[in-house]
Amino acid sequence: MTMLPSHTEKKLGLVVDLDTCVGCQACVTACKGWNDQGYGVPLSDQNPYGAEPSGVFLNRVHSYQVQPVEGASQIINFPRSCLHCEDAPCVTVCPTGASYKRVEDGIVLVNEDACIGCGLCAWACPYGAREMDADAGVMKKCTLCVDRIYNENLAEEDREPACVRTCPTGARHFGDFADPDSNVSKLTRERGGYDLMPMLRTKPTNKYLPPRKKDRPQDASLLGPLLDIKATGFAGWLDKVLGKI
Amino acid sequence: MNAPIFNTSPHVSDEVRKTTCYMCACRCGINVHLKSGKVSYIEGNRDHPINKGVLCAKGSAGIMQINAPSRLRAPLKRVGPRGSGAFEEISWDEALALAVSWLKPLRETAPEKLAFFTGRDQSQSFTGWWAQAFGTPNYAAHGGFCSVNMAAAGIYTIGGAFWEFGSPDWERTKLFVLFGVAEDHDSNPIKIGLGRLKERGARVIGVNPIRTGYNAIADDWLGITPGTDGLLILSLVHCLLTAGKIDLEYLAKFTNAPLLINEAEGAEKGLILKNAESQPFVIDKRTGMPAPWDGKGVEPDLGAIWQGHRTVFQHMAERYLSPEYAPEVVAERCGITALRIKELAAELARVAFDEAIEIKQSWTDFRGDFHETMPGRPVSFHAMRGISAHSNGFQTARALHVLQIVLGTVDVPGGFRMKPPYPKPVDAHPTPHFTAVPGKPMAGPHLGYVRGPEQLALKDDGTPARIDKAFTWENPFSAHGLMHMVIPNAHAGDPYKIDTLFLYMANMAWNSSMNTSAVMEMLTDKDANGEYIIPRIVYSDAYASEMVAYADLILPDTTYMERHDCISLLDRPISEPDAAGDSIRWPVVEPDRDVRGFQSVLLDLGARLGLAPMVKEDGSAKFKDYADYIQNHIRRPGVGPLIGFRGNGDLEGRGPANPNQIDAYIANGGFYQAHVPVEAAFYKPWNTAYQDWAVKTSFYESPQPYLFSIYSEPMRKFQLAAEGHGQIQPPDHLRARLKQAMDPLPVWYPPFGDLEATGWGYPVHALTQRPMDMYHSWGSQNAWLRQIRGKNFLYLPTKIWAEHGFIEGDYARVISPNGGITVPVAHMAALNENTVWTWNAIGKRKAAWALDEGAPEAVEGFLLNHLISELLPAKGDGMRYSNSDPVTGQAAWFDLRVRIERVGPKDHSEPAFPPVTRVLPRGETR
Amino acid sequence: MQPAPSVIIFTVLSGMGFGCLAFLGLGLPLAVGWGAFFHWGLGYALAIGGLMASTFHLGNPRRAWRAFTQVRTSWLSREAWASVAALLLLSPVALSDWLGLEWSRVPGILGAVLCVATVGATSMIYGQLKTIPRWNHWTTPPLFFAFMATGGAILTGNRVLAAGGAVALAIALIAAFRFGDRRFAQVAQTIGTATGLDRIGEVTVFELPHTGQNYLLREMIFVVARKHVLKLRVIAVVFSALLPLALLLILPAHPLSFAIIAAVHMVGAASARWLFFAEAEHVVGLYYGKR
Ligand SMILES: Nc1nc2c(c(=O)[nH]1)N[C@H]1C(S)=C(S)[C@@H](COP(=O)(O)OP(=O)(O)OC[C@H]3O[C@@H](n4cnc5c(=O)[nH]c(N)nc54)[C@H](O)[C@@H]3O)O[C@H]1N2
Ligand SMILES: Nc1nc2c(c(=O)[nH]1)N[C@H]1C(S)=C(S)[C@@H](COP(=O)(O)OP(=O)(O)OC[C@H]3O[C@@H](n4cnc5c(=O)[nH]c(N)nc54)[C@H](O)[C@@H]3O)O[C@H]1N2
Ligand code: SF4
Ligand code: SF4
Ligand code: SF4
Ligand code: SF4
Ligand code: SF4
Ligand SMILES: [Mo]
Repeated sequence: MTMLPSHTEKKLGLVVDLDTCVGCQACVTACKGWNDQGYGVPLSDQNPYGAEPSGVFLNRVHSYQVQPVEGASQIINFPRSCLHCEDAPCVTVCPTGASYKRVEDGIVLVNEDACIGCGLCAWACPYGAREMDADAGVMKKCTLCVDRIYNENLAEEDREPACVRTCPTGARHFGDFADPDSNVSKLTRERGGYDLMPMLRTKPTNKYLPPRKKDRPQDASLLGPLLDIKATGFAGWLDKVLGKI
Repeated sequence: MNAPIFNTSPHVSDEVRKTTCYMCACRCGINVHLKSGKVSYIEGNRDHPINKGVLCAKGSAGIMQINAPSRLRAPLKRVGPRGSGAFEEISWDEALALAVSWLKPLRETAPEKLAFFTGRDQSQSFTGWWAQAFGTPNYAAHGGFCSVNMAAAGIYTIGGAFWEFGSPDWERTKLFVLFGVAEDHDSNPIKIGLGRLKERGARVIGVNPIRTGYNAIADDWLGITPGTDGLLILSLVHCLLTAGKIDLEYLAKFTNAPLLINEAEGAEKGLILKNAESQPFVIDKRTGMPAPWDGKGVEPDLGAIWQGHRTVFQHMAERYLSPEYAPEVVAERCGITALRIKELAAELARVAFDEAIEIKQSWTDFRGDFHETMPGRPVSFHAMRGISAHSNGFQTARALHVLQIVLGTVDVPGGFRMKPPYPKPVDAHPTPHFTAVPGKPMAGPHLGYVRGPEQLALKDDGTPARIDKAFTWENPFSAHGLMHMVIPNAHAGDPYKIDTLFLYMANMAWNSSMNTSAVMEMLTDKDANGEYIIPRIVYSDAYASEMVAYADLILPDTTYMERHDCISLLDRPISEPDAAGDSIRWPVVEPDRDVRGFQSVLLDLGARLGLAPMVKEDGSAKFKDYADYIQNHIRRPGVGPLIGFRGNGDLEGRGPANPNQIDAYIANGGFYQAHVPVEAAFYKPWNTAYQDWAVKTSFYESPQPYLFSIYSEPMRKFQLAAEGHGQIQPPDHLRARLKQAMDPLPVWYPPFGDLEATGWGYPVHALTQRPMDMYHSWGSQNAWLRQIRGKNFLYLPTKIWAEHGFIEGDYARVISPNGGITVPVAHMAALNENTVWTWNAIGKRKAAWALDEGAPEAVEGFLLNHLISELLPAKGDGMRYSNSDPVTGQAAWFDLRVRIERVGPKDHSEPAFPPVTRVLPRGETR
Repeated sequence: MQPAPSVIIFTVLSGMGFGCLAFLGLGLPLAVGWGAFFHWGLGYALAIGGLMASTFHLGNPRRAWRAFTQVRTSWLSREAWASVAALLLLSPVALSDWLGLEWSRVPGILGAVLCVATVGATSMIYGQLKTIPRWNHWTTPPLFFAFMATGGAILTGNRVLAAGGAVALAIALIAAFRFGDRRFAQVAQTIGTATGLDRIGEVTVFELPHTGQNYLLREMIFVVARKHVLKLRVIAVVFSALLPLALLLILPAHPLSFAIIAAVHMVGAASARWLFFAEAEHVVGLYYGKR
């Protein structure tokens, strides 16, 4: 069980576009909302109205400041959820077989009935994608909405992850990376989608699209359009300008 | 390997009910999933025009709101001293009887002694109608402290406005410039739109002192110094004029640029020249002779001089060509290099003129002239409170509209598009009504658009007719009222004392007020004989907000899933540029508490008070409840709150009431859309096809084509008065300020108190931003949202951070002319170097919202409001002007100037107020 | 990492316990009768007590048996098997020592090997984690073995072996500290590589994704004050190795002496183990700007 499949038929996952994400947190509560009533036990919260509320979320949105060598500092919003790695260390460390990677689509799941809540998988995950549920004592993680994407009780168009469906800017894309013509494969090719911490050899399925170049350099050569009229005095200006029609 | 078998097609829900979200004012469509009668999951409605299926962070967390422990449970009557929060639960009959016993005498003797202000109200056409029936002039909603500058400047200039009343042509625009927006009311539409631009690789430029959210994904960021946008914009106009990069045809045909301005000294000086039929006219290029402004085939001459009177165009050009608007001159003040300003101007020019687009769609204009196509200039703008929440906001917003106009980008393909019922010129709007007659309703609506001094809301003795001093010389165009001045004025008895303050859905004892601590005192202050200075306070809230503690009578509302609501075209609809739209809410679940929808309560109260439109001949209640009103109220013949499914369900816009209208809406997903014909989609103010459709769909009674007002005649009329012309004269101390503020051509002047403030040693600008995942004060009661943002920091730019040697974990003392607060700080590099800021309304009062007293919101969280005064510091003449825009009275939240001192590590913010007594137990589990 | 008491107790006790059992299995010393009963009892008590303690940090102890199912991939499963096998295999040996039945010692030797395997597996549970560079290093197994040997030898009164173990332990600890301090840097993971934003410029945290608490912050982002670290390191080395070494040389070979030495060693072992967790930085901390 905790052997990783040598190969999976599909490689389902997400592309997150860091050029478009405004950090609105919509994907965070949409995920919480769906999974609170979806796969496995609810995502519990501890003293939700107290001094130190705490709870399980399967998707978190960070916000970083980045200072380029030249130009103004930038703010980049950064959603973080399970990357459904091909060489998922969280799976191989699991002593119970509760953690596994699906052969059919590569989704990494936790079989909560078998989970003893030892936390090893979370320790093994470099990306903080797993959070233990304090009430149920089982490990929770992004399921890639496995209970949506194949769900016959949902309309065809709704068979996509809750976070993707809700993202107002369309910064999240769902698809099959095994298919070179899929939207996610195309985006990854065209926009240079990249892996997080590749040196750890987890081979993440999810890809991140880098922000586009920002803040064009100040450059007088761009002023072309302002340079046609040369007039002296208001009257002269008026003639020149009105002469144009 | 045998993977566990589980069901990938679980049963999702027993039933889906489609209604409208109210986790904020954006009004998205939601699919509410129910399992065994309980709400189990909320998702966006894909068919809905506003959100097209998406939801924001708040919307998806709605399930935590409708089950929040902070929901009020029954009517409450104050028993202890006001503000102590000591209440007893009473029945609705007792509550309503009590309210009647307070209000009836007022109506019979002095209706103006009731001040009814309705904050975050989505039923203003209804609450306004109620106040009108009651007969008090003292009614308004939150617009005055929100963004009236945007609305008013828009209406007075282009007959439409930003807010959510228009939008960029997301599908066609190639360059989008965003001024001073963090989130706005159109939360999801703007995000969806930005997504479309990114998809198409269109350019986005953010003009904002702070680079978060929308501005973080902008391709270019101009970290402008707060309050200087007007200067930047007029400098852009300067560059475009100098280079002749302006849309002359657009200016000549669709704006008042070719109208002539009276240059003769005297009472008419500066007014638009009129002909014998007192109609404005233009000089026809073909003949060189005067011709009607709307005459067929007329080619208005922008350069005309007629008997010494020159065109608006020439006045405009002369002003903005002046060197004072040169990039080099404004650069330092704006905090943007001259080159950067020129670059922006050049880019605007390039895209507008070199990359112009065209839609192959013929149309006919109001002159009867036929056009083969619809040319477009794919440059668009959006702006909101960053511009409007300053004391120069009205003029700045006007300047931005003028920039749009000279580029010819309003209501054209690729530009800014108006949403029905807009365009709507000033003249199609009512003027303010304010005369109170005991026992009688008011003659007309409270709020409107003033055309001249004669329409100010002044009593015969020249004193303000309204408690908030709206429509007075201090702020003539206060089209939304001044809710932020109600409590201070009522407390000061200036212009007069009131008896009952009736508030709905506004947290005035906390984040909605300037000078919060002082307001809390005003609400509890007593006079010499130990009576409360504001004798009675009635309040309707749905949750245990900070304001609840300060009321004498609480009318608990339902949550948004437990009542009927109407998002009406008479008010703030859900239109899109290509379709007029309205929608409803309906009880998708029944309340489990003794609460009632406020609108239904208001109808009941109205009937008990015997208000004419709410009772039958026999005196019995005319409307069973709000749902009954929504379906059966007739505002004008054939026109009611909803435009869809009228008559037998087959009529649109106009038609008799339909007793099954709400069911029809529910069947349709909770909303209705009336689609704009394709030939009417653009050039709406001048497009006969649109004008006719608008009349048919009930937005006006007759076509209302008009010219954009680069030059505002109503403003000039106030200037004339200030110069001493005319019967109705301003008080002398306001003349100078009126002359400056009411300039008929957009001007820039430093925000009030700005210069002084620096002089006094408050060099830093302090701002707030909307968090996308919180709605004002009411998001913190939400178990999910408060885990995301339960605490706020004051963000300091690198310069200030380094200068004072701040380190992580530090607190700072922030001091303004109005007082000081001590708050946690954090460093932010992508920030204007003279600006500090925090997230709005995260700070909470201890024990409010059914939260623990140790909640981070209440211990470390904080408000800037304590630093903001509703009055400016005394001037030389001892006068204290209100901290508002002199044109509209819009609260100038963002004029705030402060000084920063390092405090070091600390564990709580200051001021730290004592907890409010709980009206509800602390929430335990969700 | 969060230094959870249950895990510290578990690893310290079971380490000593299996050490003790290993020596007894090898017949060092070859005790009989009640002496044997006491030694074996102590070894079993510690080993089993430790294993029990380890279940306290499980979310679902009821399902602990499932931890035996993944020997092929999981070090925790291997540990489970090895420990149970060791305990079973040694039981007849213990019985024969106590009752002087003089049965074959072969199972004893095999059991000893399994004890070593158990501790080895325990060490690999930590050593395998690429996400925690300080642990993911060759020093981890030797450190666990050194503790096993020292603790076991002390408990079984093997003066010379204990002394040797103590020396080895001191070296292992110091090595672990020295190499450990450089590990995170060696692995070269930064907030830049974690986010991939190093391709644009220098990355720092603007806002955390949540102001509330969560599992990651509690479990994996534990920060120790630098000033405590040095103190605790000294305590660890002195109490677990140096002081026991000294006492072994000066105190008379009396059970009481060994009891005292064992107690001293345990204090050191506990603080060493507390540091082992507290000082271990997980790469997820990078996302939170904490490391
Ligand atoms: N410093 C600073 N202060 C500001 C601003 C700023 O930018 N900076 N912004 C200003 C602006 S623009 C505005 S609009 C105001 C907003 O301030 P408010 O209009 O006061 O908005 P809220 O804080 O949401 O308060 C609305 C109240 O309505 C209650 N409520 C929520 N839902 C319902 C319901 O269904 N029924 C009823 N009856 N009540 C309900 C909430 O519990 C809350 O008490 O804040 C202003 N204050
Ligand atoms: N999620 C969420 N959405 C909301 C609300 C909410 O509370 N939460 N509130 C709703 C309400 S009531 C309103 S009024 C709207 C307001 O929506 P916005 O207009 O976006 O209001 P703010 O969030 O106050 O953002 C003001 C922006 O202007 C910038 N700014 C301040 N001063 C200047 C200036 O001088 N020049 C420029 N260029 N920029 C400046 C600030 O940095 C900030 O980014 O949002 C509505 N939508
Ligand atoms: S919903 Fe989309 S835009 Fe919002 S935070 Fe998530 S990914 Fe970013
Ligand atoms: S992201 Fe973490 S949890 Fe997800 S598959 Fe990779 S290692 Fe496992
Ligand atoms: S917590 Fe559950 S899923 Fe994770 S490793 Fe332990 S048993 Fe496996
Ligand atoms: S795919 Fe589903 S489970 Fe995973 S983050 Fe998105 S919503 Fe959450
Ligand atoms: S923007 Fe969010 S909160 Fe506001 S109405 Fe839409 S979904 Fe609801
Ligand atoms: Mo607002």
